[in-house]
Amino acid sequence: MNESTHKETIVFQARGITKVYDMGEVKVRALRGVDMDLYSGELIVLLGPSGSGKSTLLNILGGLDTATTGHVTYREQDITRALDKELTDYRRFHVGFVFQFYNLIPSLTALENVSVVTEIAKNPMDPAEALRLVGLGDRIDHFPAQLSGGEQQRVAIARAVAKNPAVLLCDEPTGALDSATGIIVLQVLERINRELGTATVLITHNADIADMADRVIYLSDGLISRVRRNEHKKSPSELHW
Amino acid sequence: MRTLNRKILRNLWGMKAQVIAIVMVIASGVATFIMSVSTMQSLKLTQATFYTECRFAEVFASLKRAPESLRSRIQEISGINHVETRVSAPLTIDIPDFSDPATGHIISIPDNGQPLLNSLYLRQGRLPEPYRENEIVIGESFAKAHNFKPGATVGAVINGRRKNLTIVGIALSPEHIYQMPPGAVFPDFERYGVMWMRRSPLGTAYDMDGAFNDVTLTLTPGAHINDVIDRIDKLLKPYGGLGAYGRKDQMSHRYLSEEFRQLEQMATIFPVIFLGVAAFLLNVVISRLINIQREEVAALKAFGYRNLDIGLHFVKLVLLIVLAGVLGGIAGGFWFGRWMSTIYMEFYRFPFLKYQLQPQVVVIATLVTATAAIIGTLHSVRKAALLPPAQAMRPESPPAFRVSLPERLGLKHLLSQPTRMIIRNIERKPVKSLLSITGIAFACAIMMVGSFQKDAVDYIVDVQFGLSQREDLSVTFVEPTSRRVLYELQRIEGIEYGEVFRTVPVRLRFGHRSYRTTIQGLESGGDLQRLLNTDLKPILLPSAGIVLTDHLGEMLGVHEGDRLRVEVLEGNQMEFSVPVAALIRQYIGVSAYMDLRALNRLMREGNAISGVYLAVDSRYLHEIFDRLKETPRIAGTEIREKAITNFYETMGETVLIFTFINTLLAGIIAFGVVYNSARIALSERSRELASLRVLGFTKGEISYILLGELSALTLAAIPLGFLVGKGMCAYIAETLKTDLFRIPLILEADTYAFAATVVLISACVSGMLVWRRLSQLDLIAVLKSKE
Ligand SMILES: Nc1ncnc2c1ncn2[C@@H]1O[C@H](COP(=O)(O)OP(=O)(O)O)[C@@H](O)[C@H]1O
Ligand SMILES: [Mg+2]
Repeated sequence: MNESTHKETIVFQARGITKVYDMGEVKVRALRGVDMDLYSGELIVLLGPSGSGKSTLLNILGGLDTATTGHVTYREQDITRALDKELTDYRRFHVGFVFQFYNLIPSLTALENVSVVTEIAKNPMDPAEALRLVGLGDRIDHFPAQLSGGEQQRVAIARAVAKNPAVLLCDEPTGALDSATGIIVLQVLERINRELGTATVLITHNADIADMADRVIYLSDGLISRVRRNEHKKSPSELHW
Repeated sequence: MRTLNRKILRNLWGMKAQVIAIVMVIASGVATFIMSVSTMQSLKLTQATFYTECRFAEVFASLKRAPESLRSRIQEISGINHVETRVSAPLTIDIPDFSDPATGHIISIPDNGQPLLNSLYLRQGRLPEPYRENEIVIGESFAKAHNFKPGATVGAVINGRRKNLTIVGIALSPEHIYQMPPGAVFPDFERYGVMWMRRSPLGTAYDMDGAFNDVTLTLTPGAHINDVIDRIDKLLKPYGGLGAYGRKDQMSHRYLSEEFRQLEQMATIFPVIFLGVAAFLLNVVISRLINIQREEVAALKAFGYRNLDIGLHFVKLVLLIVLAGVLGGIAGGFWFGRWMSTIYMEFYRFPFLKYQLQPQVVVIATLVTATAAIIGTLHSVRKAALLPPAQAMRPESPPAFRVSLPERLGLKHLLSQPTRMIIRNIERKPVKSLLSITGIAFACAIMMVGSFQKDAVDYIVDVQFGLSQREDLSVTFVEPTSRRVLYELQRIEGIEYGEVFRTVPVRLRFGHRSYRTTIQGLESGGDLQRLLNTDLKPILLPSAGIVLTDHLGEMLGVHEGDRLRVEVLEGNQMEFSVPVAALIRQYIGVSAYMDLRALNRLMREGNAISGVYLAVDSRYLHEIFDRLKETPRIAGTEIREKAITNFYETMGETVLIFTFINTLLAGIIAFGVVYNSARIALSERSRELASLRVLGFTKGEISYILLGELSALTLAAIPLGFLVGKGMCAYIAETLKTDLFRIPLILEADTYAFAATVVLISACVSGMLVWRRLSQLDLIAVLKSKE
């Protein structure tokens, strides 16, 4: 991929994003002016220590939260000015989330956890197909409590990609997993990025994981301190921590 | 969305025990509502149908005697539709193999066919042959009490002449659904009977040939009943008219209306309480459920579910519970309602039952329940719907605890660590703890309402028949008589002592209010009939002025010292005014009292009496009854023991059945509330408790922490429940005041004890169920799952 194609198919463009949490007596400035772009098909790793504002930024990009100031445009549409209903539709049709603690619905089976999302999407995959994609074709009728952490996270990934989203936003998807399991999950994410071309933002505080990204954005204290382009992306199987 | 619906079913299944508890509470509320409303509507419909079919009259009047020619002049009064004149005579009845003296009334029916008004609903046999002498139809309740069949004969004394009457038919009459002997407050089916005979033979027997002493009529649409009554009174006055009255003063109708009113009160009070509790339980359970599902909700929203979708999701869950409860309640209410209606129908001896459950009642019950449920859960559901997803993803910060009040007061070293945890936990969530206490308190209170009425009934009997009405027998004569009869009666062996009394039917007026009742003239210093003041101490009858039952005073709005107008409704029909000398406490009936001599003086009638109260030696009862039967002109004999039985029967058949059902349902509430509190406490704290187990606490110790809190709340709730219960009982006593009886606010220790016991048992059973779950606590799973 070269620079010029990237520019043509920009997915996100964030400019001057700040976020202040008003806690009454104290104001927490979680983001203090962030600019970033995400190109289609790209895999970005957001790297930074705990409390640096990664989740806040991801939530704003995903329409879960709104910025205090600044603009985010998604395919030429300003989502910072969107109404709650428009944000919901944006999440419903364009974004897939993967969370650190999986956030599966315990009362639903793996298959149902995926269908609950495909039922409201526009052009979804078959839920069973999505589970096969993450290597869980034989576990579709298991409840979350009957699955290991890594398997649960893969169900969560299947759920996120089954709607064929334009972007996949993953907040510390391996944070609750051991490294071997974490690598399996990362392999799944990498494969989806490669095979489906889904632009992916992956949050981690683990520098080793950064090596699998096209670009690495370093966040510290609410500001981007550095952006690194990996000339040679590593495959997840080459990672270890 | 289909998948989300499946989630609802799984969630409900996951908390099935709690769901069942709530469903039962809702079902109880709906069932009481449907039972009471449908019973009431069915009874009213049955009554209305019966009234129409039998052409129940609208105005009634008795008089001494008037020539039949007066009939056409009555008919001329504008506003009157049909007029029927009758002969009505008191009689004593001699029943083979029945020693108690029985009395009754015999009423004429036209010489041919059915009466124009108040026609008879024949249950067996036929009407007497036209003009036929000595053939009668008798009322069904009296017939049943003595197992009379058509063809049987009874002896009767009418107007001093003995006759043998043949029963040819058994019937019901809209005029005598509630059959009461004169002067009594309760029906007495064995000793008082109503019967009917053809007009000509009865006229001859009662010296009323070509005359009448009773008239009933119906009105044209739009007629003003009071105008008609005034006109009739004027017309009948020269003929000894006793004052015409409408249905609302007609004995049978009035008591039916009072009973229906009571039923109506119950139909509102109990369902409101049940639904309130159900809404509260739903609130607790749903808000807990939503709290647990915070992150699930956040995830659903992250994936594009709308606020409305989430809100509807939980509303559906609530409505599913409501639906189950309502369906159960409708089934239960229909069943109970039909059962109750049948009992009432038999009790009142309606000829048929028109039981119906109107669709509107079901719709109202459903809407009200659903509304209560939605209101109860609105706050939590709204919170879920509006939950900001980004925030919900962040783990909740640990709840803020602080050192508890007893510890701040320096009692820390007295409290064990688990005890400190209990106190801190209660203190941390004061609102929630208070709500749990309130819920349990209401359960306790409802139990009290259940058993309170039984206490009150026992108490009424103690007061009325123990302190006030102490005679063994009371004998009433057909007409005012001379005092001499007392001396004659006292010569009968076994009659030990007697006091005379005078009963005068009157209309009391104060301002624009008036009330038809009787004045009882009592011998001053009497020992058999005593009047009680509000402290239930016997008072001496004042030598001048009138004494009123407190309820009557309230209805007339009079106080001591006010002057009442008295219109006498018999004989000379005089009018006079008397000052109110005192108000007395009386739970049964609505009477006024005067000193006998003062009453005689005002009536200008010398020493006239209406009857005697007797104290007798019970060994001679049979002989006494035999002698009384031979004594002419006796209109009625009341036997104290039978009066008590009749009172219990009346109360037992109606109020107490209702009470029984309510107590049953209150038990369900008590259990529902306590069990839910326990289960929620468990679910909220299982992680914490499992952690303690991991740290080496024993099962006993963690059970103590959880169940200790539950016990503390239950124990705090019971006294509060006593207070609430007392308030509810007071409210019920106040709203259930009727002319028939007033329920005093009497709460015996056993009522409190019973309520507390039911609550404690519910708490113990709930505790045990929860304890079983505590012992099965899966330590690893609890610690692994992130809540
Ligand atoms: N809802 C919130 N209310 C208050 N402060 C918040 C909230 N969310 C995040 N913060 C604060 O904002 C800062 C950045 O948080 P976050 O974006 O979660 O960091 P990261 O994901 O990099 O660990 C932290 O100091 C955090 O405490
Ligand atoms: Mg984070």
